[in-house]
Amino acid sequence: MSSDLGGQAATVRFENVTKAFGEVVAVDGVSFEIEAGNLVTLLGPSGCGKTTTLRMIAGLEMVTGGRILIGGRDVTLLPATDRDVSMVFQSYALFPHMTVIENVSYGFVVSGMRKEEARTRARQGLELVRLVGYDDRLPSELSGGQQQRVAVARALVLEPEVLLFDEPLSNLDAKLRRRVREEIREIQQALNLTTVYVTHDQEEALAVSDKIIVMRNAAIAQEGAPRDLYERPSNVFVADFIGDANLVDAEVRRVAGETATVSIGTVEIELPARGIAPGPVKVAIRPESVRLSDPGDGLAGQILKAAYLGDHLEYTVDTPVGELFVIDNSVGAPRPVGSSVSVAFGTRVALVPSDD
Amino acid sequence: MTRRPLLLWQLIGLFGLVVLPWYAIEDGFWNFEWLFDGYPFDSDYAPLLFLFLEGEAPWLWPTAAFLAASTYALGRDKIDPAYATTLLLAGGGGFAYVMLQGFTIGIDGWEYQVLNDLFGPRERQYGMGYGALLIMGGLFFLFTQGLAARGAVNGDVFVVGSISLIVAVVAIFIFFPVFHILISAIQDNDRVYSLTAFTGKMFSAKIWGLHCLTSTRGCGVAWNSFVLAVAVGVGSTLLGLAFALIATRTGFRYKRGLRVLTVLPIITPPFVIGLALILLLGQSGVITGFLEWAFGIHPTRWIYGFPGVWLAQMLAFTPIAFLVLIGVVQGVSPSMEEAAQTLRANAWTTFTTVSLPLMRPGLANAFLLGFIESMADFGNPMVLGGNFDVLSTEIFFAIVGAQNDQGRAAVLALVLLGFTLAAFWLQRVWLGRKSYVTVTGKGDAGVHVALPRRLNWLVFGAALPWAAMTMVIYAMIMFGGFVKIWGRDHSLTLKHYIDAFGVSVGDHGLVWFGGAWNSFWTTITIAAVSAPLTAGLGLLAAYLLVRQRFTGKHVFEFGTMLSFAIPGTVIGVSYVLAFNVPPFELTGTGAILVISFIFRNMPVGVRAGMASMSQLDPALDEASLTLGANSWKTVQRVIMPLLRPAILAAMVYSFVRAMTAVSAVIFLVSAEYDMATSYILGRVENNDYGISIAYSSVLILVMLVAVGLFQLIIGERRIGRRTRDSEPAPTAILGA
Ligand SMILES: Nc1ncnc2c1ncn2[C@@H]1O[C@H](COP(=O)(O)OP(=O)(O)OP(=O)(O)O)[C@@H](O)[C@H]1O
Ligand SMILES: [Mg+2]
Repeated sequence: MSSDLGGQAATVRFENVTKAFGEVVAVDGVSFEIEAGNLVTLLGPSGCGKTTTLRMIAGLEMVTGGRILIGGRDVTLLPATDRDVSMVFQSYALFPHMTVIENVSYGFVVSGMRKEEARTRARQGLELVRLVGYDDRLPSELSGGQQQRVAVARALVLEPEVLLFDEPLSNLDAKLRRRVREEIREIQQALNLTTVYVTHDQEEALAVSDKIIVMRNAAIAQEGAPRDLYERPSNVFVADFIGDANLVDAEVRRVAGETATVSIGTVEIELPARGIAPGPVKVAIRPESVRLSDPGDGLAGQILKAAYLGDHLEYTVDTPVGELFVIDNSVGAPRPVGSSVSVAFGTRVALVPSDD
Repeated sequence: MTRRPLLLWQLIGLFGLVVLPWYAIEDGFWNFEWLFDGYPFDSDYAPLLFLFLEGEAPWLWPTAAFLAASTYALGRDKIDPAYATTLLLAGGGGFAYVMLQGFTIGIDGWEYQVLNDLFGPRERQYGMGYGALLIMGGLFFLFTQGLAARGAVNGDVFVVGSISLIVAVVAIFIFFPVFHILISAIQDNDRVYSLTAFTGKMFSAKIWGLHCLTSTRGCGVAWNSFVLAVAVGVGSTLLGLAFALIATRTGFRYKRGLRVLTVLPIITPPFVIGLALILLLGQSGVITGFLEWAFGIHPTRWIYGFPGVWLAQMLAFTPIAFLVLIGVVQGVSPSMEEAAQTLRANAWTTFTTVSLPLMRPGLANAFLLGFIESMADFGNPMVLGGNFDVLSTEIFFAIVGAQNDQGRAAVLALVLLGFTLAAFWLQRVWLGRKSYVTVTGKGDAGVHVALPRRLNWLVFGAALPWAAMTMVIYAMIMFGGFVKIWGRDHSLTLKHYIDAFGVSVGDHGLVWFGGAWNSFWTTITIAAVSAPLTAGLGLLAAYLLVRQRFTGKHVFEFGTMLSFAIPGTVIGVSYVLAFNVPPFELTGTGAILVISFIFRNMPVGVRAGMASMSQLDPALDEASLTLGANSWKTVQRVIMPLLRPAILAAMVYSFVRAMTAVSAVIFLVSAEYDMATSYILGRVENNDYGISIAYSSVLILVMLVAVGLFQLIIGERRIGRRTRDSEPAPTAILGA
């Protein structure tokens, strides 16, 4: 992937930013920092303020309080036109009356560049998203995936300081979604673009991000690298939201240095302590970390439901600590509903600090 | 680049200052003889700069100082507080100063006695002209740039400028004239404020009298208007409902023909119906003649008065009710009716308990529209009223007739305005958001339940004769122009067309000797000039309303839609009262006609624009903004091309309305700028029915061609395979 396009990647910094729409507070005192050249995902349930945060970076919404800095410059009062930020919209927002090449060169044309040069640079962008030879088509004459790529090309040819995506894949089918997100990631890394990416699909977030910011009720629930969030969720909400997790009551028996001994029902395991004192606690147990075996010395359980999903089996198991959702890869030896099992836990179990 | 609008408006102001005459040119806006008649030194034609150099009109000089002061902002950064402050003070101050001097120094010197005593007598001055216009425009937009720099609406120069522009023009051309009515109403004939004069006029028996209940004398005009409007509202709603039911709930074979009904009201000057009625039912009308011949019924003048006006208005406004109701009737989801039927309701019960209640908002809407239209109608009462006086005609005679009583005209206008505003207000309060009922995109499969048989008969029984009558009327209009003297000599002739539109080849090329050419071309020109302006202003307002967030938006919307509720007659009177004297001396010009059309028809542009703009994904604008285009470029490159159908619709609509309008026009025409409708009305008053009807049919044809061309252009527009163009027809906007 060779191209003259290169990022002039900039950092993005939110300082205690608040946005209210009348009574509704959509974003409430949010602070974070995005490093230059990173891809950061805003992840969270519907209505938590992701889009609003993104639009404030773009300058499409003006903050109610706080400051926004891009590349160290305070842009809080600058409108979208004057910020060096491009955005790929969920609906793509391709101009329906312009051809592909006109769409992609739009940014250059309105800033007064000569038409031939604008077209040359637009073609580079289209090459980058592998859409050569479609110049004179109208957006309505492209497939959904192609439209999406035009939208990406249109945003990145301007070599913005920050590139924004608002749920760019939600209009694509599942297969295409995976391919396109890989392409986006590839281009982002190749051009070293600072990118902010909104999604509510946690798998998508885990797959592409350098860092994930999980939002909840207009505030940040946790931020960190994908692995951090998955393995060390700092609250029940995050544990539940990122990946599937069985949230189970447990008790910390004792803490020795960095290691805590935790009893889950009749089973005791050792986990990283994360500064938690002895006493009742919640643990997040990933479904693939629950081991089933024939009845023995683990936690006694009984299969309630079983489903065959081709490459793995999913069980619901009744145990003294509650029902557990289990993913089992031993497809060859299915366990019938009603049979008794012994339950043990692998390593992907995390102590979760309580929410308050 | 951000500097450009600043310099631009300063240069425009400078141009007005140095090059163009400050005062209005007596001979009209488009007359350029002054260029060779003493310009630039003759003080009638001198630009402000020359007035200054010659030491004349010293009270105007500060204007230039304000303009000069604004240059202090040049070369300063937008974020610099001095930038905003300079523009606010220089622009706002200058604009306010020009207004102030305009209103204090008028045609007789000082406008207020106090000032006369204080400063001594003062020379008079005339209305403002091009120079003043440009300077004021410059100052105004410098002011709005100051506002933008202060951070109004995210500091968007274009948006702030547009909002302010619309606020200013609506204030000057709607609120100011209406305010003038109020003022005139409380002044006596010597322009002295007098409450007794007001109450005397306001509560006179001529307006509110109820003699008709007890004696043979007529009732007050307010009651006449009110009763007529209620009768027309009820009648047209019921008939409209009948047509709407036929179009949607029966197997009637000529449904498409009914659609034609929807186009008729916009292409027909309202009084033309009245005219045709005279030809049918007047003393020498066809039907009257037939009745006398067959049954020996003696011809009477029964058509002149309430029955005739009612009939004519019913014919004219039923299509509007139909238009409103067909949407509503279609909007009643078939699944509701099907649900009722599965619950064992029979067809009649279903209709009365489900369908009809669901249509109630639409019925109310149609009634109120009929009510307002009837109140505002001027042409039909004029043609057919006889001794049955209504408010709109009374206003006209108060100001034009021998009485020339402006105060009385103002009072009558107030009463009329009160009625229509109250109706408008009731409609809003009562119906709120319910006015649009639509079938949702999904899950509404199913067919409408057929009408119960009883109702079926009723509906056809009412509608078909009416449809037949409408057809006869239009046939009459088309045919009537070819008859020598109606009622007496029915031999065919082209005489009327030749009288109106004759052209011959003379020594110096074509000679347009027909009597109608002057008003015809004036009408076409004025309509063609006002159409794009109306559409532009309306769509700009729509853009602001749909796409921008700013405080006071509701008031803004109210202001732009207000003229919808102001009858043309009231606009006409108010313009006469407000723009007869400096600083805005506009009566007798073509400009005042154009302006009245712009503001009469703007609500339609706003509606059309809002409807189509809310179908455009806002992300398109936002995409354009994030790609570095400012909002003006976004409007230019993204919104306007995508709104082309709406723009065209608004243009055609305002063009056609400008050609058919009567009520406001009748006050504003002059010998030089006569309009087709007022010309025709004049001929009707002289009983020149032949030429009137000939002219009317030509007008209708011209408008049919305009509408047809429009359909053709729109029909061909496509953006790609996925867009459906289902733009609302211009008429659809009329409803609701
Ligand atoms: N223009 C607006 N006016 C009023 N409220 C708004 C506006 N935009 C957003 N909100 C509110 O702000 C909150 C956050 O909205 P936002 O669009 O940021 O959510 P989101 O996280 O993007 O959700 P989703 O995943 O559904 O897109 C919501 O409660 C929403 O109703
Ligand atoms: Mg969102």
